[in-house]
Amino acid sequence: MNTANAQIANAKAKDSLLYLDGVSVSFDGFKALRGLSLVIEPGEMRAIIGPNGAGKTTMMDVITGKTKPDSGDVYFAGDTDLTRLDEAAIASLGIGRKFQKPTVFESHTVWDNIDLALAGDRKPFATLFHRTSKAEIARVEEILETIRLSDKRDWLAANLSHGQKQWLEIGMLLAQEPKLLLVDEPAAGMTDSETAETAILLKEIAKTKSVVVVEHDMTFVRDLGVKVTVLHEGSVLSEGSLDVVSADPKVIEVYLGR
Amino acid sequence: MVTAFLLRALDRRTAIVLIAILGVGILLPVLNLTMDPSSPFHVPTYVLTLLGKYLTYALLALAVDLVWGFCGILSLGHAAFFALGGYAMGMYLMRQIGDRGTYGNPLLPDFMVFLNWKELPWFWTGFDHFWFAAIMVLLVPGLLAFVFGWFAFRSRVTGVYLSIITQAMTYALLLAFFRNDMGFGGNNGLTDFKDILGFDIQADATRGALFFASALALAAGFWICRAVIASKFGKVLVAVRDAEGRTRFIGYRVEGYKLVVWTLSAMMAGVAGALYVPQIGIINPGEFAPANSIEAVIWVAVGGRGTLIGPIVGALLVNFGKTWFTSGMLAEYWLFVLGGLFVLVTLFLPKGVVGTLLARDRKKPVEKPIEDVVAPGAVGQAAE
Ligand SMILES: Nc1ncnc2c1ncn2[C@@H]1O[C@H](COP(=O)(O)OP(=O)(O)OP(=O)(O)O)[C@@H](O)[C@H]1O
Ligand SMILES: [Mg+2]
Repeated sequence: MNTANAQIANAKAKDSLLYLDGVSVSFDGFKALRGLSLVIEPGEMRAIIGPNGAGKTTMMDVITGKTKPDSGDVYFAGDTDLTRLDEAAIASLGIGRKFQKPTVFESHTVWDNIDLALAGDRKPFATLFHRTSKAEIARVEEILETIRLSDKRDWLAANLSHGQKQWLEIGMLLAQEPKLLLVDEPAAGMTDSETAETAILLKEIAKTKSVVVVEHDMTFVRDLGVKVTVLHEGSVLSEGSLDVVSADPKVIEVYLGR
Repeated sequence: MVTAFLLRALDRRTAIVLIAILGVGILLPVLNLTMDPSSPFHVPTYVLTLLGKYLTYALLALAVDLVWGFCGILSLGHAAFFALGGYAMGMYLMRQIGDRGTYGNPLLPDFMVFLNWKELPWFWTGFDHFWFAAIMVLLVPGLLAFVFGWFAFRSRVTGVYLSIITQAMTYALLLAFFRNDMGFGGNNGLTDFKDILGFDIQADATRGALFFASALALAAGFWICRAVIASKFGKVLVAVRDAEGRTRFIGYRVEGYKLVVWTLSAMMAGVAGALYVPQIGIINPGEFAPANSIEAVIWVAVGGRGTLIGPIVGALLVNFGKTWFTSGMLAEYWLFVLGGLFVLVTLFLPKGVVGTLLARDRKKPVEKPIEDVVAPGAVGQAAE
């Protein structure tokens, strides 16, 4: 029966990059996600908005293997069941994640942060005897350029400003060469100019990869100019362009109108 | 591959430390053997033995630092690996006694004769051979660490909980080794050693060789740790210490990394224990005492966690202190002093002695790039 279900889900998930259907998660009886369904097409960039506690971060936890859903399907690239894999395996499939609170390796240099995230063999004995190649050095340089941190390569990540840490973390995602990037509130705590730059950076990235961005900042979401999904109490409330969802009475009631 | 791996880590500081350790390892035994006892340069044998013991403690501290300082695994059970290595060596030394025991039994160690045992238990087979014991010194602590770590890291036990179960592990071994029917000499442990590799264990030359072997093991341990830390593997360890979740989400299977470094560290502790026993002349269950593991952590904290040199310095400093203090009238209060030392270091010297010195060293070059980098940027903006 399970295989039959899986096949049905597969058929629907077939052409999508990320496919969530009826996903529910509860913490000690509190339902953080209730029957959440979401489909991301290959190459798509999607913005997700929703009030605090709507379940946005929990959704990312489910996709990246941190939290196992109580029920529902989560498929990547059509046929890979993400609910069966752990974080490391999911990351290796090509799903990168930026946390809500910037998390970088504070006692490593900016360079080493990117170097560690660089795609490559992740097994202990491979890294033990690993020698950095010219290609890898070039790749790190390139990413530092993209995230505008080339001049701070030798800095300890701990000494970066909040905004710079956010970028470093995005750089680490790029280094993984993921197919899909999940970005949780990239503009949180940034100045206006940093926020604008971040939008440019993400649009740049979205040219070659699929990106899901969670964000509270409306100007930022407008800058992105992509399809928007509104989450509320663990499920999708509305979906469409920013103008469409902003005009949706349900959305105005729970979110924008407050 | 392994040579390249080691040579890559051989920077100036590492080389200096290695030369210093080996220099002491050669110099002191030579002074002991060649100088006339009346000469001020003569090193008495008891001092040599004492310092040899410190060197094995330093190796234990190094092992603790490798997992605690770099991977954030606070082990409160490393004395267990140390003691297991010690027991493996002790069993070999027991077999070397042959029929020279009190009971003169050529087949069985004294304590087995005393217990009325008729034959050697199966797990004593092989310990007649040094090579076998040497393998066991690595294998037994390594295997225990592997099995323990396999379960603990896979179930993602971290922080205080992990520390507590390491403490429980050593305590369980303490109780087990106290039992006579375990076949390891119970309460009294293993002692009355005569020879090692056919040499009289009490002879000055043997003592000197054991001292040198301890220095050599410490130097090798230091070098291996440096190489591990300098590799990409070592950077992953530090990443795990800083942000374990992040490390997982960029695709590293953290439990595998912990398991490798944990097992390596346990094997180093085992070697330390194996060199400790012939110099001290006894191994008993007391070595498994939870307090021993905690002391090792204090050495690391005092010297400086995550520095590799720090734990060596810390182990030497604290143990010099201990020897000096416990030989005076205030001997009973040593544990209070040790506890106080730990509190003081945690509060006022969180990086430890070596860590603080290194940080002061590093300060200057760090400040400079900040100005350098900011200045051109500012100029660039002004120009636009
Ligand atoms: N591990 C957990 N244990 C218990 N409750 C949790 C856990 N994680 C999330 N929750 C709860 O689930 C709900 C959804 O949380 P989530 O972090 O996904 O919201 P969010 O949409 O990301 O909110 P924000 O905009 O504040 O980041 C919240 O009410 C939160 O308190
Ligand atoms: Mg959130």
